[in-house]
Amino acid sequence: MQKTVLSGNEAFARAAYEAGVQVASAYPGTPSTEILENIRQYPRIDASWAPNEKVALEVGIGASMGGARTMVTMKHVGVNVAADPLFTFAYTGVRGGLVLVAADDPEMHSSQNEQDSRHYARAAKVPMFDPADSQEALELTRLAFAVSEEFDTPIMLRSTTRISHSKSVVTLGEPCEQLPATGLQRDPAKFVMLPGNARIRHPFVEERLERMAEWACDQPFNRIEIGKGELGIITAGVAYQYAREVFPDASILKLGLVHPLPTRLIREFAERFKTLYVIEELDPFIEEQVRAMGFQVVGKDRVPICGELTPGRLRKAFDLETPEALEVGEQLPARPPNMCPGCPHRGVFYALNRLKAFVTGDIGCYTLGFMPPLSAMDTCICMGASIGNATGLSKVLEADAQQKLVAVIGDSTFLHTGVNGLMDMVYNQSPATVIILDNSTTGMTGRQDHPSSGYTLSGEKTYQVDLEALCRSLGVNSVRTVDPYLMAETQQVISEEMARPETSVVITRRPCVLIKHDVLEKKPPLFVDADQCTACKACLKLGCPAIEWEPGAEGGKGFAKVDRLLCTGCGICEQVCKFGAFGVCNEE
Amino acid sequence: MKNDGITNILMAGVGGQGTLLASEILSEVLMQAGYDVKKAEVHGMAQRGGSVVSHVRFGPKVYSAIIPEGGADILFGFELLESYRYLPLLAPQGTVVVNNLRIAPPSVALGRETYPRDIPDKLRQRVADVRLVDGLQLAEQAGDPRTVNTVLLGALSNLLDPSPDQWLAAIKALVPERFQQVNLEAFDLGRAAKA
Repeated sequence: MQKTVLSGNEAFARAAYEAGVQVASAYPGTPSTEILENIRQYPRIDASWAPNEKVALEVGIGASMGGARTMVTMKHVGVNVAADPLFTFAYTGVRGGLVLVAADDPEMHSSQNEQDSRHYARAAKVPMFDPADSQEALELTRLAFAVSEEFDTPIMLRSTTRISHSKSVVTLGEPCEQLPATGLQRDPAKFVMLPGNARIRHPFVEERLERMAEWACDQPFNRIEIGKGELGIITAGVAYQYAREVFPDASILKLGLVHPLPTRLIREFAERFKTLYVIEELDPFIEEQVRAMGFQVVGKDRVPICGELTPGRLRKAFDLETPEALEVGEQLPARPPNMCPGCPHRGVFYALNRLKAFVTGDIGCYTLGFMPPLSAMDTCICMGASIGNATGLSKVLEADAQQKLVAVIGDSTFLHTGVNGLMDMVYNQSPATVIILDNSTTGMTGRQDHPSSGYTLSGEKTYQVDLEALCRSLGVNSVRTVDPYLMAETQQVISEEMARPETSVVITRRPCVLIKHDVLEKKPPLFVDADQCTACKACLKLGCPAIEWEPGAEGGKGFAKVDRLLCTGCGICEQVCKFGAFGVCNEE
Repeated sequence: MKNDGITNILMAGVGGQGTLLASEILSEVLMQAGYDVKKAEVHGMAQRGGSVVSHVRFGPKVYSAIIPEGGADILFGFELLESYRYLPLLAPQGTVVVNNLRIAPPSVALGRETYPRDIPDKLRQRVADVRLVDGLQLAEQAGDPRTVNTVLLGALSNLLDPSPDQWLAAIKALVPERFQQVNLEAFDLGRAAKA
């Protein structure tokens, strides 16, 4: 069999192919995004971006009802959005196997919270696999489709950033050649979840979990590795790797299925050891259930709940010797992420800062508008929250303060869950202003298409939501569109709309600078004439990575300079400079 | 303390420098040479000009993909400040291979903080084997300033087992065809450079 190096996300995609998946749907979200992007390489799978995770799962459920094997992927917070269909789909069960990959982000590398998706599996009464590397991501996902059909249940696959984005050596399997037959099949008792039918399905769900808990005791993915000595460790997922490395002599019960837990196997294992550790990332999910079985364990009393685990953190948690480490011995300047040079959002946040707006923010690259020197974002909760938050704030403010309220939301986020918020804002007559930052893509996750970008996941041309018409149809009277590279006009329009005593929308439209380069005109970079520069530092307030301050030599004045390799020629610095110090480089 | 037979390489740079492709090529060549390989990195927020780290571990059998503090055998830096920042992950007897390049972080670009002085000297005060590579100069010599990452892989390759042929095969496997020639050139220049 062919060996290759795959990330967890590539392995999930490969598993979908090997298992004969025919439909895949997702909304992008770090660290899950690359699963669908990799599925795209298998033409027999119909893969598409949905506007949000709820729709993605509903599409998946429909395909499963039609008999197809289906994969739906999302980041952990996406499961919150998809939770409504998930909990009832657990009752109906499947026709074609359905796997939902939920990618958690311990350490919040690129997320707003650190929620543990395993609780969802338990709350929705859905089985959950928890792979420990790319090989397991491939094997357990492939298996999950068969298990889904055998037990008539959707299956959740839990990933984490360190599974999704880590690469390891994988032995590939053979893709299944025979795809399941699809077609309409009426089965209202199974799929129409009215109370009368649902009351019959609920006991089935409970009994299904009991059967699976017993079945799981004899499956190879729940395995005991016998070591030396009197220490036994129960672990799962990526934490297994750290436990194996830090406690090489311990006996380990390695769980591949974390819900339902194989209670008989756990009991057999736990009774053999004087000392029992449960090592898991985030919440004491396994630990609490093992304690409820009556066993004394060491778990979150030592292992941190917050942040991701690492071998180093595990050593510290158990007071084990750690290697001698070199010291830097001085405070180093931090290097946080920043909006790209030429980012069309930069001018908007510059204007909001100057207008002293109170900005309710949202999820995307533009959340970086929070960072100094732009410092123009005051809230950020979840996808789509900016608009509802502004509506709520407006209810408790006097008229002059209401005029300071601006919700900013990206085009992709607006279509995800912002539309309902705007509907409410108009319906309930909040006077706040909504700015839709339309860069024609889902930027932060790496530029994925969406319903107003005009392209599908496979890059084909498609229908395009008309954002202006959509906003007007919701009842917004004033919808104005500006080019955010035109600084004065952008600030003027935002200022006028903030003053308007009713809901208004400003669409700032300019594609992301990283979008496919054939659609963007290439502009020559700018330069600073050091003699014209008065060292006022106004341009530095843009926070553009292409502009750097050059301190003057002993006693002399400093000046700004432009990094030609980084500069995209967007020209907003030239508009901010009152002294004409910026010029455009001639083509050489 | 250290797992037998495992070698750890910590890569540190700035988002947009091509560390991701370099870590892909490195993992590929190590797998082809018969090692178990694991690599950990983070996408998303970290790419936007922020500090970027890749952990690469290889040997007969690797469990954790993450290198513990003081556990890296090689600190492979694409930028001076980022290399210095991750020095605590290097084993005191480890080796530093670092690109002689300074990229100002936002607070320095704004004139609010200063870029640490004399980082190569500070590295040498703490580590015996520090190899400074003029990545940009060699990449331009190869014909494309964007091949800095491949120049640096060439310099790193002197510390690892795989033969030049194995490296060239991995570059060919992962670099788009029209950029292969210039990247092969860049690799050779990096490997031959007196560090």
